[in-house]
Amino acid sequence: MDTLAQLAAGFAVALTPYNLMWCLVGVTVGTAIGVLPGLGPALTIALLLPLTYKVDPTAAFILFAGIYYGAMYGGSTTSILMNTPGETATIVTALEGNKMARRGRAGAALATAAIGSFVAGTIGTIGITFLAEPVVTFALKFGPAEYFSLMVLAFVTVSAVLGSSAVRGLTSLAIGIFLGLIGIDLQTGQPRFTFGLTELLDGINVIVVAVGLFAVGETLYLACFRRPAGGELLAVKDSIWMTREDWARSWKPWLRGAAIGFPIGAMPAGGAEVPTFLSYFIEKRLARKPEEFGNGAIEGVAGPEAANNASAAGVLVPMLALGLPTSATAAIMLSAFQSYGISPGPLLLQQQSALVWGLIASLYIANVMLLVLNLPLVGLWVKMLRIPEPLLYGGILVLATIGTYGITQSQVDLILLYAMGLMGLVMRLFDFPTAPVIIGMILGPLAEQEFRRAMQISQSDALIFLQKPLSLTLLLLALLAVLGPQLWRLARGRARRPGAASS
Amino acid sequence: MQDRGTGPKSPDGPAWGDTAVGLAVLILAAVLAWQSTVIPNNAIYAQVGPKVIPWIATAMLAVLGVLLTSWGLRGGWVHEEHGAFHPWGCAWLLLGLVLNVTLIGVAGFIIASTVLFVCTATAFGSRSPLRDTAIGFALALVSYVGFDRVLGYKIGSGLIEGLL
Repeated sequence: MDTLAQLAAGFAVALTPYNLMWCLVGVTVGTAIGVLPGLGPALTIALLLPLTYKVDPTAAFILFAGIYYGAMYGGSTTSILMNTPGETATIVTALEGNKMARRGRAGAALATAAIGSFVAGTIGTIGITFLAEPVVTFALKFGPAEYFSLMVLAFVTVSAVLGSSAVRGLTSLAIGIFLGLIGIDLQTGQPRFTFGLTELLDGINVIVVAVGLFAVGETLYLACFRRPAGGELLAVKDSIWMTREDWARSWKPWLRGAAIGFPIGAMPAGGAEVPTFLSYFIEKRLARKPEEFGNGAIEGVAGPEAANNASAAGVLVPMLALGLPTSATAAIMLSAFQSYGISPGPLLLQQQSALVWGLIASLYIANVMLLVLNLPLVGLWVKMLRIPEPLLYGGILVLATIGTYGITQSQVDLILLYAMGLMGLVMRLFDFPTAPVIIGMILGPLAEQEFRRAMQISQSDALIFLQKPLSLTLLLLALLAVLGPQLWRLARGRARRPGAASS
Repeated sequence: MQDRGTGPKSPDGPAWGDTAVGLAVLILAAVLAWQSTVIPNNAIYAQVGPKVIPWIATAMLAVLGVLLTSWGLRGGWVHEEHGAFHPWGCAWLLLGLVLNVTLIGVAGFIIASTVLFVCTATAFGSRSPLRDTAIGFALALVSYVGFDRVLGYKIGSGLIEGLL
């Protein structure tokens, strides 16, 4: 069927009052958790995963997608007004946005961020609409060997290329793979890594790991290594309606940001960090008044914020079309598919077409809702930033308890949750990224499945991964991603110390 | 892989924290190796047995652990800057977590969560335990009703839950 006809059918699903309600709940919760420091979309969706037992899949995914998009909008408000970016993706927004707010231009900064998010989010959603089917068509040619190699490439890029250190990123990934392996092996029925405990036979729930690492770990970190004074909350003094000059200086960065963010987000590497930084440097280079950069240049807010939202949309392409999550949030959404018994992958679009197209249509609606929520109603969210830290983190830990104890009523899960929190604290202190843990945990078992299928087809000949041209290309790309920077540095003769060279 | 935040922190002497982390990764690898050997091999059902990927994960952690330990011994890696250590903040929070685990089965979610809330607030510098108790109790009550009764989570029973 024609893409537009499919999309129209999707709108028929998304525009029912019931699904519109879930979309509104999602974008509202999403904006709130984006605004509040300490809460992020991955954590929130993990806390709401038990809803999958109660709510039909379409509603649940509309809710999750609303939270995902909403968090991107909300995050910029905090960056601009408080200079405490909640997520790495909004670090760049804080650079210029907070400077603008200091000069009394907070309203204009919020406006260019919100409208830019809307423009880029919508462009990104259009991208998903038209890219999903071609990607699926391409992916249907994939055999298990190609799939496995694609997953290896995704493993390497999310852990080794995007973070500050390949070795630490890969360590996080390996820990995630280990956590994902715990429990009964579905193919052979053998218990693995269970240490003889019956509680571990069913495996560790991803909720426990995500909430432990992100919520408990972050709270522990802040309680133990608190800085004396947090960011100062700046008031919105000017109008949130941009001047003619603001518009003239914003629209090109929005479009460029979307053009940078979406393709990078849609690649198997994912991540919003690279496109936001890239957009910042491009805008700085192209700006008519580059001297304003560093003192609150509106282009430096408009571009990266657009890039951030477009890349968030881009991440949904491999997630929906290939079943390949490239961010912690996408990995947790993927586990929601699994808890419905829906197997993600290229067949998803055919087998669950009402769900997928309803979800895509709801993304357009979510963007419109978010524009209203984040511009005229921005004052509401600013009030949330006045919640004192002691009460905010107290509340976060209570929610974390609900998310874990509320599923199994097991103290073992609660203890595991806190153990994950301690691990999160150590990882934070020693600069290990946490997202690869979640991705490894979800994607690891899927990679094993594809590995086994490939080996079954080849009758245990591991060379199959090198004999298929596409699979070989993907593996070579993965190898290049790990070793390329080192080789390049060696070639330039700058690797004087082994620690510096490969860190 | 990029230059940001990498490279040895100081050229002289080992960084003991980083070394300890490297050793912890090595110990984890050893634990994984032990657990990988006890997986029963069941070659009849699968071309790739249940042990293959566990051994790959083990090998990854072992190699990475060696690298991290050796960097630790050579001065460690550069970290993000952290605030000063607050022993009391840390202690209050850990106390809250321990009390939550112990109380939740005996007294129920609402009481345990109120205690956790007050301990956490104190850890973050709050000096008004009465206000925190009131807010924590209200939050726990509302969350319990919302999640358990409305959304269908199963948070269990307890002293106050029984009265609702």
